Amino acid sequence: MSLLRNIAGGLRSLFRREHVDRELDEEIGVYLEMQAAEKMKQGMRRKEALRALRLEHGSVEISKEVVRSGGWESIVDTCWRDLRYGVRMLCKNPGFTIIAAATLALGIGANTAIFSVIDGVLLEPLPYPHPEELVAVRHTAPGLNIKDLSSADACYFIYREQSRTFEEIGLYRNDSVNLTGMAEPERLSALDVTDGVLSILGVRAILGRTFTPADDSPGSAKTVMLSFDFWGRKFGGDRSLIGKTITVEGELRQVIGVLPRDFQFGGRDVAMLLPFQFDRANTFLFDFSYESVARLKPGVTLAQANADVARMLPIVERSFPMPIGLDPKTLEDARIGPNVRTLKQEVVGDMDKALWVLMGGIGLVLLIACANVGNLLLVRAEGRHRDLAVRAALGATKSRIAAGLLLESFLLALLGCALGLALAYGALRVLVATAPSGLPRINEIAINGRAVLFTLVIALFASLLFGCVLAFKYAAGPQLTALRESGRSMSEGAQRHRTRSALVVFQVALALVLLVSAGLMIRTFRTLIQVNPGFVMPSEIQTFRIAIPYTQVKEPERVGRIEEEILHKIEAVPGVSLVSISADVPLDGNGTTGPVFEKDRTYSQGELPLHRFRFVAPGFFKTLGTPLIAGRDLTWSDIYNKVPVGIVSERLAREFWHDPASALGKQIRVGPKDDWREIVGVVGDVHDDGVDKEAPSLVYWPILTSKFEGDNIQVIRSAAFFMRASRAGSASLMEDVKRAVWSVDSDLPLADVHTLGFYYSKSMARTSFTLTMLGVAGGMALLLGVIGLYGAIAYSVSTRTHEIGIRVALGAESEDVLKMVVREGFTLAGFGVGIGVVAAFVSTRYLTSLLYGIKPTDPLTFATVALLLIGVALLASYIPALRATKVDPMVALHYE
Amino acid sequence: MPDKATDVIQGTLDMLVLKTLALEPMHGYGISVRIEQMSKGVFRPNAGSLFLAIQRLDRDGLIDSECKPTENNRRAKYYVLTEKGRKRLNNETREWGRQVAAIARILEAS
Repeated sequence: MSLLRNIAGGLRSLFRREHVDRELDEEIGVYLEMQAAEKMKQGMRRKEALRALRLEHGSVEISKEVVRSGGWESIVDTCWRDLRYGVRMLCKNPGFTIIAAATLALGIGANTAIFSVIDGVLLEPLPYPHPEELVAVRHTAPGLNIKDLSSADACYFIYREQSRTFEEIGLYRNDSVNLTGMAEPERLSALDVTDGVLSILGVRAILGRTFTPADDSPGSAKTVMLSFDFWGRKFGGDRSLIGKTITVEGELRQVIGVLPRDFQFGGRDVAMLLPFQFDRANTFLFDFSYESVARLKPGVTLAQANADVARMLPIVERSFPMPIGLDPKTLEDARIGPNVRTLKQEVVGDMDKALWVLMGGIGLVLLIACANVGNLLLVRAEGRHRDLAVRAALGATKSRIAAGLLLESFLLALLGCALGLALAYGALRVLVATAPSGLPRINEIAINGRAVLFTLVIALFASLLFGCVLAFKYAAGPQLTALRESGRSMSEGAQRHRTRSALVVFQVALALVLLVSAGLMIRTFRTLIQVNPGFVMPSEIQTFRIAIPYTQVKEPERVGRIEEEILHKIEAVPGVSLVSISADVPLDGNGTTGPVFEKDRTYSQGELPLHRFRFVAPGFFKTLGTPLIAGRDLTWSDIYNKVPVGIVSERLAREFWHDPASALGKQIRVGPKDDWREIVGVVGDVHDDGVDKEAPSLVYWPILTSKFEGDNIQVIRSAAFFMRASRAGSASLMEDVKRAVWSVDSDLPLADVHTLGFYYSKSMARTSFTLTMLGVAGGMALLLGVIGLYGAIAYSVSTRTHEIGIRVALGAESEDVLKMVVREGFTLAGFGVGIGVVAAFVSTRYLTSLLYGIKPTDPLTFATVALLLIGVALLASYIPALRATKVDPMVALHYE
Repeated sequence: MPDKATDVIQGTLDMLVLKTLALEPMHGYGISVRIEQMSKGVFRPNAGSLFLAIQRLDRDGLIDSECKPTENNRRAKYYVLTEKGRKRLNNETREWGRQVAAIARILEAS
């Protein structure tokens, strides 16, 4: 009650100042009037009475001031006055204000941008209800040396039926499908799901319905859900589409619903969702090729979920048969275990490390910017020394002056903050546009309330940082001497000088840390580029995919013939020199793995030597430029006659037989009931998992095989085509290629149209993203550091004009003056570089996981950056030094 | 600017104002005169400190004010003790008595 009254009273005197003032005036007036009347009764004349009163009480103004200062609002009032004073001071010196605010804006804006990225990617919860309950159900197989294994349909059934920790569980898998029966066939990305996936994610259909268990049962009617965008693009948002059918992979499917516009799952945009329709009776073990998502029961921890999966895994192994030809011992030896983790961890992947490194780097830039502004403020404060001294002499307390200086710094920081936000907004758009391939959740990045709050906090932090330098210096020291000094002090106080020098040293040191980090990334990138990926000039290789569904062409041989026919048609396209086919594209992350057994070796029971497989057509190696080291390539007659042959990579040949040439003629197979296959060739290694990873040992099989992992004839139905052409990547080439494909079968859509160069640079996306960002940060640090150094030296020269004048008058040569000034810059830079090298030595080990082929303490990088910084520092001090040599002794001596 | 002398009074001034108002509602000058009279001229509050005390008491809800004509037919603010103010006065009087007695005991101890 009295608190409210207190606040109300304070607010009244703040906002109705005049009214309250008049009231107080009146009251004191009445008081004095009454007292005067009393005095006059005692016989004084009016004039005397008033004078006596004034002597007794002081002036009315002082009484009013006393009453006013009693309320809490007087503090607000003081702040308000300091604020206005601060604004006036900033406006008085627009040049300084603009430079300082721009410097801060650069530092703050960069921080806000990176924070927004971190916030969107790492901090923001996933866009589903209760995202903390969502987990990715994955496994490990230490026996096969696989740390991270996905899930299997067999696991799904048991987990769904017997779990004590999962509320609900689902499987999903990226898919791509042909949409036909419309004007042009189209290849579309799709997601296969079990019926639980959407309800786990809490997604409802905006039109129609979502999948029910019935939709997901084998043998029931085929259904499909469309994404909002695809529904709008292809069907114009036609609401009557629900219940109608479309042709997907040559099959009629009924459209049952449309997903909400913001639906996001699986890390890419999909056109449609299809139910798996798993057949429980026909499920085998060991098909770990599905992703799994689950919702935990409330309150269940990851550890409990993992324990639950560990409990159920043996049940899975007892409940389903082994696939034909696989030894039960294999499964036992794989030692499959649980690896349940949060869905968020799964989505974010390995970007978090790079992002935190960037945040650290950009944080350093802000520190450098603060040091720069602190230096500017110090220089400016020299000019205001007298002003501050006068305020102190007139009774302003130290804390009052310090508060005023801090408030001014904060104003400056706020200005920088506003500019910085604008900068961050622009920078983010550039960032999102340039870093799409490496960054997950990129479309969730935006400047939100949290980012604005973060910006304000760092602005406050920054202002405290450089404001304190000032406040401590000028509020604490003795002030009165400044009044006595005439205009300008004769020579610089050593202490003032020291603070500024320390700031410059600090800047140079931080800049070195950043530049070394950027340098290490550059070296990493160069090393990566120099790694021979196993193919040449990938940007001249155009790739695309087509898929021939079973419903369209049944016989495997005919699929092979169609694929060859398409290949020859493409060969006839002008500008295309070489064409071939493979089941997948190197570096696209879709490589398949399987066991390879050698004929002349005995294997312990259950041993599973896993290697990478790739199914190829003749000419694949020649098209990519992978060297043929020994033997021969496949031929079309190998393919059609299903000759049991294979080609191995150099690494596999060396692993098995120590020498590529002796691999020829050796026999290998994949399963115990398969034919033995003869090795007819050995080719160079291909870095299939990215150039920063070791090249896997690879086996190349023909695209058409029989008795391979079973009895039947197999063919690659989803084929990637490769063609070497100087026009690769152009729309005109693809127009010609499309016509060539459709001259064979007009129902075949083209998908995943990219050059091999695209996959190549995508595999280095994280490195190049980190490199670019650290490079930008390093550049900013260098620029700010140099400006800081230049400013310090230039200012030092300007305050020493008098001294230099005396030196010149006493006979110093201009060369001596030049040396003296440059030496000052050199000393500062030297100290900075020294400290920076130590700091970088300690901090670059956080980069280790981002580096490739070099140590975080790479001496060459350290030396180059140190020399670069010293060189730039010399240049920065040379310019003011040159000015110093032009000092005319007469002018300098008359200056004071 | 408050000097040390008023600081000493400040703690007790609030109590004295409350005491004065406990007898009857009063305007600012009246309070001042009454304090001077009752203290036989020892205390003579200065206008600034008096109105500061009044503002403080008012904001704490210990007194209320209303405008009324004075005996000389001028309009002035009359201050009235609230129920809360009366309680506070009683408390403070008791506390003051205790403290004075304690201090007296200390000073008289030989």
